[in-house]
Amino acid sequence: MEKIFKLDEEDEYYVPFSRLAENLDLQNLIEKLTVNLLRLAVTELPADVKKALKDAYRKERNPIGKIQLKAILENIQLAEEERIPICQDTGLISFYVKVGSEFRDLSKIEEALIKGVKRATVEIPLRPNAVNPFTQRNTNNNIGRYVPCIHWSIIDGDYLEITAFPKGGGSENMCALRILKPAEGLSGLKRFVIESVVDAGGMPCPPTIIGVGVGGTSDMAMNLAKKALLRPINKSHSDPIIAELERDLLRAVNSTGVGPMGLGGDSTALALKIEYAHRHPASYPVAIAFQCWAARRATARVYSDGRVECLSHKDRSLL
Amino acid sequence: MKKIELHTPISEKNIRKLNVGDHVFLSGTIITARDSAHRRMMKHIAEKRKIPFSLKDMALYHCGPLVKAHGDEWLVLAAGPTTSMRMESFEAEIIENLGVRLIIGKGGMGRKTREAMKCYGAAYAAFTGGAAVLAAKRIKRIIDVKWLDLGLPEAVWIFEVDRFGPLIVGIDSHGRSLYEEVRAKTLRRLNRIVEDVISE
Repeated sequence: MEKIFKLDEEDEYYVPFSRLAENLDLQNLIEKLTVNLLRLAVTELPADVKKALKDAYRKERNPIGKIQLKAILENIQLAEEERIPICQDTGLISFYVKVGSEFRDLSKIEEALIKGVKRATVEIPLRPNAVNPFTQRNTNNNIGRYVPCIHWSIIDGDYLEITAFPKGGGSENMCALRILKPAEGLSGLKRFVIESVVDAGGMPCPPTIIGVGVGGTSDMAMNLAKKALLRPINKSHSDPIIAELERDLLRAVNSTGVGPMGLGGDSTALALKIEYAHRHPASYPVAIAFQCWAARRATARVYSDGRVECLSHKDRSLL
Repeated sequence: MKKIELHTPISEKNIRKLNVGDHVFLSGTIITARDSAHRRMMKHIAEKRKIPFSLKDMALYHCGPLVKAHGDEWLVLAAGPTTSMRMESFEAEIIENLGVRLIIGKGGMGRKTREAMKCYGAAYAAFTGGAAVLAAKRIKRIIDVKWLDLGLPEAVWIFEVDRFGPLIVGIDSHGRSLYEEVRAKTLRRLNRIVEDVISE
């Protein structure tokens, strides 16, 4: 074992890359991790999502809504016990990757992710979901032009963090973007959110998680809305004013009566998360990203000594 | 809430007994079809060609299953419903021409389908979206698969099911739609909710 250095107060340890074992095949490790991370994501929801669904079942007053939530809870348990994907729609595969600027073999990460997706498609299996929009041909391996979608961010340090985010088409189809007039501002934003939820009805598989991205450029707004979906349900925005807006909008959404699967009831959304960027004086972009109740995500961190830690699910071995 | 056991083939008389909100379990044969299979069925109907499976008095399931090859056979791992609204432009004609009695899906369907259901005696039942393992558990065997050239999710899978559900009747053959009723109720509340949240 290499000498271990203390990284910060959170008791995280790492070994500098210069001391990394020469023979560690990082690409192979990431490929294997990708398969296992996808398997974990599609078969087992994170604890915060499970808890929110159980709470929704307990609170639901509509008998039809209650039947839906009961079926959802039974399904989650079956999928977890038998290691079968929770939903047949395992999505267009997306990854959020945070990569340390000192990470070795940067150029090999993408290849490892792609190979991992190919293997996962066969081994788990995942439903082949990458279709050419002009020829309608399915590639049958979940790989295509710009697919899997990989969102990169560069961070300090020498570790790598991968979030697998397989999101189904039903909820994706309901995502909405509107560039409001700055004069409409916050009132316009609130109206747009509630109207979008009512318009979407049962189609995004409620109870959903709603991500709201505000400001920036149009593409940035949707990106922020998606990023908001990555935040655990029990975590509010760090800014107390935004956190309050999240609570107010969630309460409003849940008073619409859309209910589980749009069949009526109290549970329309499990959570509502907002992320924002500063905006151009002339524009007020608002993006809404819906996530179905099967809010699948799994995150792992790869340390320089080849250790892998699962951040989204407790005590899970990923290699 | 009434709990009803249905078996295929479903007679017009039995389908007309269903009302929105009824809780149904279905046994017998269900046939999957989503976007591409609907387009192909429509083409067959237009060209007066014979379709290689019969939907008469059967249940049509909006589903693109996750299947795994197992030797020479297929194994259904997950088979939840897909969004039915994508099939709205086809379904009325499918009901009229092919005699489908029960459509199973998620999210509901529109006015055209509701009217065809009233006219020809059919209903729409919702299976809980995403509850795909639960659905697969109720599939006892794969009777057949047609149109595999459309790809695995788009192919037409013919399943034998036992007490498939929970199904909630979302649209009945009397012209009622639970989805439209929920929507009308939410629209009546909408302005009030928006005004309240704006004033907060």
